[in-house]
Amino acid sequence: MKREGRWKGHAQKLGLVLLLLAAWEGLSRLGIWSPHLFPGPVTVAESLGRMTADGRLWEATLRSLGRLARAYLLSVAIGIPLGLLMARLAFFRNAVKPVVMGLQALPSICWLPLALLWFGLTDAAILFVVVMGSVLGIAIATEDAVNGVDPQLLRVASTLGVKGVRFQFGVLLPAALPGIVTGLKLGWSFAWRALLAGELLFVSGGLGQLLTIGRELMDVPQVMAVMVAIILIGITVDRVLFQTVEVRLRRRWGLEGAM
Amino acid sequence: MRHGPSRGGPRPANDSQWTLEGRQDARRLAPGLPPLPSGTHVPSLWPMLRALLGRWRSSLRLLRPAHVEADRAKISVSQLGHRYGNKVVALKDVDLNVRSGEFVCLLGPSGCGKSTLLYALAGQVKPTGGAVSIDGRRITGPGPDRLLMFQEAALFPWLSVRGNVTFALAARGVPRKERRARAEQYIRRVQLQGFEDALPHQLSGGMKMRASLARALSVDPAVLLMDEPFGSLDAQTRIHMQEFLQSIWMRTHKTVVFVTHDVHEALMLGTRVVLMAPRPGRIVRDLEVHLPMPRHPDDAALMEMVRHVQGLLREVEQGSKPPEPPPVRVPPRPSPPTVHSVTESVRGP
Repeated sequence: MKREGRWKGHAQKLGLVLLLLAAWEGLSRLGIWSPHLFPGPVTVAESLGRMTADGRLWEATLRSLGRLARAYLLSVAIGIPLGLLMARLAFFRNAVKPVVMGLQALPSICWLPLALLWFGLTDAAILFVVVMGSVLGIAIATEDAVNGVDPQLLRVASTLGVKGVRFQFGVLLPAALPGIVTGLKLGWSFAWRALLAGELLFVSGGLGQLLTIGRELMDVPQVMAVMVAIILIGITVDRVLFQTVEVRLRRRWGLEGAM
Repeated sequence: MRHGPSRGGPRPANDSQWTLEGRQDARRLAPGLPPLPSGTHVPSLWPMLRALLGRWRSSLRLLRPAHVEADRAKISVSQLGHRYGNKVVALKDVDLNVRSGEFVCLLGPSGCGKSTLLYALAGQVKPTGGAVSIDGRRITGPGPDRLLMFQEAALFPWLSVRGNVTFALAARGVPRKERRARAEQYIRRVQLQGFEDALPHQLSGGMKMRASLARALSVDPAVLLMDEPFGSLDAQTRIHMQEFLQSIWMRTHKTVVFVTHDVHEALMLGTRVVLMAPRPGRIVRDLEVHLPMPRHPDDAALMEMVRHVQGLLREVEQGSKPPEPPPVRVPPRPSPPTVHSVTESVRGP
């Protein structure tokens, strides 16, 4: 029965997507707008196929994802320890946390001018922007997750005499892990946004540059095709990677009521 | 189910006989045999004598006041006091000495400070007055000689049953090679073999509690402190767990301090029952239970003692009902104290 419900959900989702595509195609064929400015999905798909075939899309995607991976790993490596410290040490809670919260209010792309002045037109500038965009969110989510750990588990740990490193990595981290993964997911979407904003603003290869080139050549199908590619990549990483990890984790932790 | 409505009903008419002092007087006056009630027709002497003997045994000998000197005690609590937020007096002038190998049940209505006392023993609460020591050493925090068990099983949800046990062993510094064998041994002891690799959320409430018990026993603490560990289980599982804990205790003879507000549970398990009363939290009776183990939950003598102790608790409640010039503000209670405490002492939360 559960399986049936899932298939039904998938069918509905697919149906809506097809309906939207059909409406889009119909609207473009009506000819209200110039077909150069409002191409239909078929034209966009052709453009996408062309870019895939000549390897431009792959190259740009790899470049963007490579940057993203480096920046994101750096964010995780800084953000999680920072979150742990904010949750556990009074100094970090009292002094560092307000600073982190304040900086979080700044949209990450606002760091770009500063990054360009500091690092010049290099990858480092983009990495800096992406890290600034996601590290604070990850730190705050980690701190939240650690503070939300079931106090009962902490009492058990103390009565069992679990201390030090074993406590930090054997009790605190796993207990907070479901919350931390949610934070990582959030951090990833921040990073993805910051990356594309950065790539759009200065020419450096990557998906953002493909978009800019499309605009400069007045190639609307290319612009739309790259947008579609960005959506697809975003969905893939979010649904496939994070969703899977999150669901598995929650099931193992017994949070999903799976019996 | 085992708490029939009769237990909450009126007490027997011969009231004075049920108080402990009255019985002690009777024993002093007639040390050999209890006096025969006058005016009873005697069909045959022997069954009646036997019945009387049984009565004498259960009411006089099975519950005796406990006197443990501090120098012979394993756990010694003296003049313990605790206030929460400098206002609510959770404990006042509590003295308690527990010998090694005793199974002590702290019994009383909610708000009598029994959990606070237990947490002070565990080192989780720092009392605001008095001293708690174990083997002559002051308790200042949680230690490897004591282990606290909670109302919830509180297993680490990401670890399997075996993982939970080996993690506890690792924390106590047991060498890696020994951990697995020892975990296996204790999992077998709580009859969870076959579930070593199950995750906590896959177990039933009773099984979780047994896994928690295996984890607690595996680290071999000198003192086991239990805070209403079966309070959240259904009645059937609860009796099961009580019998189970009893069999384990009979084998290991650990020192156990067990908090409960279920009179039947306390008398079923304890070698000693400490009655506590609220406002301020204090000890009112300290009784040794001389009923052989293993005890059966429906044992007649046990039931009689339950009635008796419930009567004592009610007396205590009524005695403390008019709160003469209250020195501290006590949070308001939702229902009249008498009714509240009686139902509470009979049933779970």
